[in-house]
Amino acid sequence: MRDVAVIGVGMMKWGELWEKSLRDIYVEASLNAIDDAGVDHIDSLYIGCMSGGLFNGQEHLGSLMADYLGLGPVPAVRVESACASGGLAFRQGWMEVASGISDVVLVGGVEKMTDISGDEATYALSTAADQTYEGYHGITFPGLYAMIARAYMDLYGATSEQLAAVAVKNHLNGSNNPYAQYPHKITVEQVVNSVMVADPLHILDCSPITDGAAAVILCPMSMVGDLSKKNSPAVKVTGSGHSTDTIALHARDDLTWLGSTERAAAAAFKMAGRTPADIQVTEVHDCFTIAEICVTEALGYFERGKGAEAVASGQTAIGGPVPVNPSGGLKSKGHPVGATGVAQIVELVKQLRGECDERQITGARLALAQNMGGSGGSTVVHILEGV
Amino acid sequence: MEVGIVGYGSSIPRQRIKVEEIAKVWGADAPSYKKGLMLYEKSVPAPDQDVISMSVEASRRALKRSGGVDPQDIGAIYIGSESHPYAVKPSGTVVAEALGATPAIHCADMEFACKAGSEGMFVAMSLVKAGEVQYALGIGADTSQGAPGDALEYSAAAGAAAFIMGNSNLVAVCDFTDSFMTDTPDFWRREYMHYPRHAGRFTGEPAYFSHTIGAANAILKKSGMKPDDFTYAVFHQPNGKFPQRVGKMLGFTNEQMEPGWLSPWLGNTYSGASPIGLTATLDVAKPGDRILMVSYGSGSGSDAFVWTVTDRIDEVRDLAGKTRVMLDNDKYYLEYGAYAKCRGKIRMAE
Amino acid sequence: MKSQPAYWRERPQIYRLEAGKCTACGKICYPPRLICPKCRCRTFEKVNLPLEGKLLTYTVIRVAPSRFVDQAPYAIGLVETEGGGRMMAQIVDCDPNSLSIGQSVKLEFRKISADGEAGIICYGHKGVPA
Repeated sequence: MRDVAVIGVGMMKWGELWEKSLRDIYVEASLNAIDDAGVDHIDSLYIGCMSGGLFNGQEHLGSLMADYLGLGPVPAVRVESACASGGLAFRQGWMEVASGISDVVLVGGVEKMTDISGDEATYALSTAADQTYEGYHGITFPGLYAMIARAYMDLYGATSEQLAAVAVKNHLNGSNNPYAQYPHKITVEQVVNSVMVADPLHILDCSPITDGAAAVILCPMSMVGDLSKKNSPAVKVTGSGHSTDTIALHARDDLTWLGSTERAAAAAFKMAGRTPADIQVTEVHDCFTIAEICVTEALGYFERGKGAEAVASGQTAIGGPVPVNPSGGLKSKGHPVGATGVAQIVELVKQLRGECDERQITGARLALAQNMGGSGGSTVVHILEGV
Repeated sequence: MEVGIVGYGSSIPRQRIKVEEIAKVWGADAPSYKKGLMLYEKSVPAPDQDVISMSVEASRRALKRSGGVDPQDIGAIYIGSESHPYAVKPSGTVVAEALGATPAIHCADMEFACKAGSEGMFVAMSLVKAGEVQYALGIGADTSQGAPGDALEYSAAAGAAAFIMGNSNLVAVCDFTDSFMTDTPDFWRREYMHYPRHAGRFTGEPAYFSHTIGAANAILKKSGMKPDDFTYAVFHQPNGKFPQRVGKMLGFTNEQMEPGWLSPWLGNTYSGASPIGLTATLDVAKPGDRILMVSYGSGSGSDAFVWTVTDRIDEVRDLAGKTRVMLDNDKYYLEYGAYAKCRGKIRMAE
Repeated sequence: MKSQPAYWRERPQIYRLEAGKCTACGKICYPPRLICPKCRCRTFEKVNLPLEGKLLTYTVIRVAPSRFVDQAPYAIGLVETEGGGRMMAQIVDCDPNSLSIGQSVKLEFRKISADGEAGIICYGHKGVPA
């Protein structure tokens, strides 16, 4: 297995992009990554996208994007694992380079969610749940996390204000991110007074519906010298882990614990020869405020049941001991489902290169990205090191 | 061979609306409905309740009282209603499937305005009597609607009653049946129309009274019995007034009709009306009690039954929810807006 | 749009709460499975979940998917029946704000959804506070 580096990243402004189509946004982010890497060809292409079919009526995305990227009839495939599609596309791309099959691989994540109505989007997102036994009864994504939140709050005494602290921190971070969909600050009071979506989660506890794409270029570490024009640390992928869990909440043993995150992280830490204490900057999947809290516990950053007070007391702020989501997270940056996992890598690469301005965690050398699908049915974790 | 009821049960929605609440919206005189027709409040089905769902609940209660009848031994199911969820596709198939009674089971849905339920009971029982099946289910259930502002809106209600008929281990023996039917256009609903129509005062004497009395007299003659021979009597009850009046005309007392007289608080449950009244009567009856039940369905016709309660009633009455207890205690009230929304009376966007 | 064959296939589970009890370890799988997730045994005994249970967690859906828009707001929760079989179900005939974790519910047969005015009606069970 070869060591793999990320030599190019591409982002674009996320939001309700009425004038840009699915293929437009994928190509825009990908061209930005290609320009950033300065490569003149790619060997293959991965696309993380939860549902081109339900959001856009478009499947066969691999070939579509290969064509529109204009870089020749390269092998291309879509990877899907609900909201972990982007992170898994990255893992597949990493495997292809690590295995020696390809040298230059583009991994892009994309989702265009605003061509259909809000109700239809809520339905499309709910297909990450068990359709026959959860969706059948009218469950939604916010509803599943709301059930987890209710159980967590009942068990550990966490409050709505503590959950809101996640959203407040992420919006503060996102206000310094030029790509964020909602780059404005909010307060705890605004969060807890915002309209309820699924009790106890308010609209401001929930990540938004977003159009967006992000892309990265991977190559073997041994070729970084030849390919990369950057005068900054190379970024090596030192750990990768992936685990699944029941997608249905009713089949899960423990309602308040994200087992797939725990297992994926353990595998990634083992591969990298690292522990949670070594990580200096983290991007996690805050699809809902409660998710970030439970993820930080499952990653091993905080003890079980202590994640809520940790965020409320500032431990995960940019200046804090365990910075989480300096990009603004899904909450402020937006959550175009398939793009999120790749955008996390983009942010961490920039952190490791020192390119993040007011969001920069000073001297960051080791980073972790956690991308999760559904209500915790899949998680993929990557550890990146600036070398 | 003795045939009759092996198990019985009812299902009544928990939602209610008071007559005053309806009258207030239409500027009508609530006291005249309360005094004149003896209607105080009625049941309102939730948007997720229909003839099928209520029939399943009522049948599950009947099974609980049946002394262990295996649903696979139920050989027929007949649900009578004027608000079957489908015009084509029987309610009976879903109910039978839910009870685990398929596939060896006869089924067809019935319609005869408010007497489709009693007709279903008659046919179910007759199949057992003919030796064709070991057990058969006869169910009366409705979620009928009254047109907004019309007199019928004060009474149109929802409920179901289910009876497992058999020839052994009976709770009540059916001693006699009779039927009295003529073509009489007192109340009807054309295909594809949303609300029924009625002929005003014509629905009284030539329709309800003439057929109820006709069937009652026929069965009294056939059985050689007089009103005094009965402990209880249950009549079709479109409001509180009609059954009391017809009972009095026939020579029955209010005390005899009391346990089965539910419409002032339940409303008119159409095909469920006299069947639910029968379940409420069985809930308080003692071994040896004799019950007369006479249904009425517009169009028009009445089915009459004479039941004799057996010793087994003491073992089974408490095995499932009792009708009057559920009617009086398991309820909550709606305002007219919530009622109109849940009954689909508000025009929504296409 | 609910597929008619897909709905029809699930009748035993939806209508009668038919589950599978692993003959080796006793785990109750609802819906039934081909292989026990706990002990990998492949034989099961058919059991029906009891119609009573307790509420493990719940929420009130206020922003509903297209098929359920007319029903919002509705409470929905995870019900655990005796023996351990669990299912998701709406909780009805109650004030959604009055629910609490651990409370007893009974399961009643109700309409779940329909394909508009002309499509098939889908039935199932919902919880009612006991």
